[in-house]
Amino acid sequence: MTMGTKPTYPDMTDNGRYNIIGTRPIRHDGEDKVTGRAVYGADVRPADLLHGKMLRSPHAHARIKSIDTSKALQVEGVHAVATADDLVSTVDKMSSIGETTVNIRELASNSLASGKVLYKGHAIAAVAAANPHIAEEALQLIDVEYEVLPAVVDVLEAMKDGAPLLDENRTTRELGEDSGKKSNIASHNQQDMGDIQAGFAQADVVVEREFRTATIHQGYIEPHVTTVLWKQDGSITVWVSTQGAFQIREQVAEVLQVPISKVKVIPCEIGGGFGGKFPIYLEPAAAVLSHKTGHPVKMAMTRAEVFEGSGPAPGGYIKCKMGVTNDGRIVAAEAYMAYEAGAFPGSAVGAGAACIFSPYNIPNVHIDAFDVVLNKPRSTAYRAPGAPNAAHASESVLDELAAKIGMDPLEIRLKNSAREGTRRADGTVFKQIGCEETVQASIDSEHYKSPKAPGVGRGVASGFWFNGGGQSAAAIVVATDGTVSLLEGSTDIGGSRASMAMIVAETLGIGIDDVKPAVVDTDSIGYHDGTGGSRVTYATGHACYNAALDVQEKMAERAAQQLEVEEGSVEWRDNTFVCTSDPSKSLTFAEVAAQQGSTGGPIEGTGSINASGAGNAFATHIVDVAVDEETGKVQVLRYTAVQDVGKAIHPSYVEGQIQGGAVQGIGWALTEGYFYNEDGAMANPTFLDYRMPTALDLPMVECILVEVPNPASPHGIRGVGEVPIVPPMAAIANAIHDAIDVRLTELPMSPDKVLGGLQGSSQFGEAAG
Amino acid sequence: MSKIHVQCTINGEPTEFLCEARQSLLEVLREELGFTGTKEGCNDGNCGACSVTVDGVLVDSCLILAAEVQDKTVGTVEGLASAEGLHPLQQKFLEHASLQCGICTPGFLVASKALLDANPNPSQHEIRHWLAGNLCRCTGYDKIVRAVLDAAGTAE
Repeated sequence: MTMGTKPTYPDMTDNGRYNIIGTRPIRHDGEDKVTGRAVYGADVRPADLLHGKMLRSPHAHARIKSIDTSKALQVEGVHAVATADDLVSTVDKMSSIGETTVNIRELASNSLASGKVLYKGHAIAAVAAANPHIAEEALQLIDVEYEVLPAVVDVLEAMKDGAPLLDENRTTRELGEDSGKKSNIASHNQQDMGDIQAGFAQADVVVEREFRTATIHQGYIEPHVTTVLWKQDGSITVWVSTQGAFQIREQVAEVLQVPISKVKVIPCEIGGGFGGKFPIYLEPAAAVLSHKTGHPVKMAMTRAEVFEGSGPAPGGYIKCKMGVTNDGRIVAAEAYMAYEAGAFPGSAVGAGAACIFSPYNIPNVHIDAFDVVLNKPRSTAYRAPGAPNAAHASESVLDELAAKIGMDPLEIRLKNSAREGTRRADGTVFKQIGCEETVQASIDSEHYKSPKAPGVGRGVASGFWFNGGGQSAAAIVVATDGTVSLLEGSTDIGGSRASMAMIVAETLGIGIDDVKPAVVDTDSIGYHDGTGGSRVTYATGHACYNAALDVQEKMAERAAQQLEVEEGSVEWRDNTFVCTSDPSKSLTFAEVAAQQGSTGGPIEGTGSINASGAGNAFATHIVDVAVDEETGKVQVLRYTAVQDVGKAIHPSYVEGQIQGGAVQGIGWALTEGYFYNEDGAMANPTFLDYRMPTALDLPMVECILVEVPNPASPHGIRGVGEVPIVPPMAAIANAIHDAIDVRLTELPMSPDKVLGGLQGSSQFGEAAG
Repeated sequence: MSKIHVQCTINGEPTEFLCEARQSLLEVLREELGFTGTKEGCNDGNCGACSVTVDGVLVDSCLILAAEVQDKTVGTVEGLASAEGLHPLQQKFLEHASLQCGICTPGFLVASKALLDANPNPSQHEIRHWLAGNLCRCTGYDKIVRAVLDAAGTAE
């Protein structure tokens, strides 16, 4: 084996404007993660640890008539059992977690079922024992008497009058008002812009189709795991892999009804989240078990529990209709969207509705959005929640329209592109965005210009995601040798520590290795919204920048003292503290740091922000596929993802987000989905049968980074993490259509569906009208 | 439950431990011996996060029992680096930003080392084929494959 050379990359420092931003340093937590030293949730091991296991419902829908835990408690090594009876009663109260809000009563009853179980895998009772094997054995001795009820796992079935009701007291909120009608439809909302009838009347060509997406899972490789210690003094410590330590703190405090200040969450390294690691699942049970035993209690899910008992992304049904003029203007667009919330309301249908037509300037839009409960796990966020399902529909229909009027699929996207001033159907008017630039870069790409090999299908699709801002805080401590510690509270899922450190190093004019970034616990830094919504580099990065400016300002005062010049006469210029009245007097960062003891004590800077103005994200993807007409297998041959990233702080990790998101989308498109048997149970809760892409299924993923700065960010940063999962499903469907002239509308586009399509038996054809 | 006494070599060090018959090698490595660099992702042999070598053969440590490694040599991620520094694969994974969350990384490193030990000059396809038993959900594999190509000196 020979050592290769260091990879070389194009300059992304804005032609030398930056020293560090736009370069690709090795991440600070890198060595720990390649040597196995990094401490993830499962690696935590406090003394006197007990292990908890969860009993879960074998039925998709049932009334719990009784739970008898007496035999389990007699097993040697078992310390305690917890059920919903051990939780204090909670009331309906909405609480914001990450990218969604939750009802605290429902959250508690999702953590330990009370009265009814609403899906197979619903948590019922937990056992704490000396080791996980004993706990698992004891679970089998818990007697639960069920009254099994009819289950419903199809969104359109669940919406029908007469469908089994998950909650007999639930009535539909119809356009914000209680309709009084009992139903599994938790809410129906609308968006309207222009005059939809008049719009379609102007159209020369109209296409309407129905689309289906399966329930899918974020598929993080690390299962949920938590360790809770509830001490005699009432304080609760939680060690957990989570995207939002502060959100876990608040959910735990709300569900257990203890003061927030009594709960300390120590965020461990996290093995992937993608939106799925915001809610609490195991914490209430682990807390009760700890309270009962006086020991810390660790609970970890198995992979099957992750699939069946955590929060997947909603599947659903979308009917999408769009009309264009012969010269390619989109004049009207309409969507009927029904998303599967799972056992409790709160699917991402609202976000899906706000995204479905947003890459385009369309004068007449009408959208109906339905949030529907059914006997599946409570859905939660997954990378651009709601948008991928939506784009699958709209970007497929647009492709068909382009073909019908004989227009290039990227030309029609360019011609109708949203730009600054375009109004979305949800009322928002776009600020500076890079939608057009992204489509143009796709047209100009080497991939799109290259000829296709015979038999190869090529597809394109675009996507939109809002991106988030929100609250973050940062603190910088200056050491006497001129190095600094950076404390912040955003879980680092994909290399964000490095980006935070780069912003600080750039601002303070010090080296990247002179900044030591740390993600600290909830007692040690101000509140943060979670690592989600593509917000961290934008919002926490801004807090870090503010903290660095605070350090600079404080050090300028110290420098004035040190130089014995007038207060306020020292400025930070060209990485030096300079006296404005006598530029011959100056000090370096390290010189001021060295004397901090004698100029007023330790130097600390803080920054805090509630960032608004997150720049929106747009992406366009190009994919080449080959379809084996004998087996129905679709092979992705070439993939290019083009995206407006605002400003890439660490381009490698920006590319990483894009490549990872695109590949999750490829899995969503081709192989992933929950299969349900007739009893409403998931038939494939393993990585063998829930088939995520492997290295062998894929080509390299080429990235084209477009940089249209976000004016609200001091560096022009836009979030990048989520939008890359939005275009792939439609891009691949469009490529398959290009290859075999079959329009597939149901995900995943697995071999059976491809073969069905080739044989003309597609379940959803072109809708009437 | 009586325990089984096992003697083996782990990362070059003679080791002995007691285990229950039902304990997997993964469980004993992590819970009894403290080698927590080996990760559990599925516990049924489908994700590769627990990849180790046993007598030089790449295996999922969740699929073999700890009692089976009597007199055998086990290699984990903790054995890759030395006092002289990181293994070239570890260095290349860092340079190419081949990890995001990092949970699959130990498994990929152990599997990649086993590949290069068996085939020092693999093609991109051979790398993808060999690593198909290891799931990564963050990276889309692009930068992992590039790092292995680079470490092997076969970058295309």
